[in-house]
Amino acid sequence: MLHALLIINKAGGLIYNRDFTDGLAKLTSNEYLVMAGTFHGVHAITSRISPVPGSSGMELLETDTFKIFCFQTLTGVKFLLITDPSQPNADVTTRKVYELYADFVMKNPFYNPEMPIRIDLFDSNVQKLVRQTNAAG
Amino acid sequence: MSFPAYHATVPVQSSPLQSVSRASSHGRRPPILERNLVKGRSNEVSLSAYAFLFCEMLSYATKKSSGIQDMEKKLSDFGYRVGIRSLELLVFRDRPNRRDTRLLNTLSFIHTNVWKTLFGRAADSLEKGTDNEDEYMISDNEPNVTKFIAVPKDMNQLSCGAFIGGIVEAVLYGCGFPAKVSAHSTGSDQFPLRTTILMKFDKSVLLREKGFEPR
Repeated sequence: MLHALLIINKAGGLIYNRDFTDGLAKLTSNEYLVMAGTFHGVHAITSRISPVPGSSGMELLETDTFKIFCFQTLTGVKFLLITDPSQPNADVTTRKVYELYADFVMKNPFYNPEMPIRIDLFDSNVQKLVRQTNAAG
Repeated sequence: MSFPAYHATVPVQSSPLQSVSRASSHGRRPPILERNLVKGRSNEVSLSAYAFLFCEMLSYATKKSSGIQDMEKKLSDFGYRVGIRSLELLVFRDRPNRRDTRLLNTLSFIHTNVWKTLFGRAADSLEKGTDNEDEYMISDNEPNVTKFIAVPKDMNQLSCGAFIGGIVEAVLYGCGFPAKVSAHSTGSDQFPLRTTILMKFDKSVLLREKGFEPR
């Protein structure tokens, strides 16, 4: 089950967040911003200070009640998927979201890079992907 | 064909083209001016590359224009330049020594041939306007040109299909059917990006068309 999607730009700012399931605690937009900023910082630390050199940074954060999958693109954009602990193959889904992002956000002339994403086509395509994934899992 | 050196699919041994094709044989295609004009599979362009180009065209049009109508005019002018050139190529490829004089044939040529060449498939519908004799419409449920573009709410009158409108206008003009062409977004829930190209023909076209009809 996919719970939510967050997209963080390369400066650590939250540019997109959507909840997909009803059972989530309602966080304020400020709390989401804090969460995104914190994750960004921790990600930077885990990629710099690592026992084994050349680390890609944190990819999975796991708790009893949820998991956060993180996929960072070469340009530094991070896609965070908050899922059920039992969710398989969430990394595949993050890559699919990346594809949608490349298509419907970056190829949209009305979008300013690094700014919050408010694009209907992207929204509807993400919803479609999530519905498919949740139905299959 | 009259220009064998340019049209030969395999360059002749002694031809100067040979050295060019050898130099570029390491996975690279010959430059566009040296390729065969006859249609082949290899003439396709990446949709992403195209989408980014169109993106820049739109930003340019936004920057250079004062309002939405002005912007659509600019897009339509861009399309016009594409249309007039592709007509030339299409006529050479698909219908040498032939010219349509009837309106319907020309319209179906646009609906099928032009669309297939430019967008890889035929348009979804070709209709006659119900209110006016001189109006025809071509609709595309998901135009490639605007596939990735969501127009923001504050500009919702803008139809990026104006570019396609310009192409159609140029093709019609080149065929001798002058018309006023406009593009409209007619999105529904099923096809949010549906675009309709409305063609309003010049009086002279309809008069001539009447002349063709048997008495």
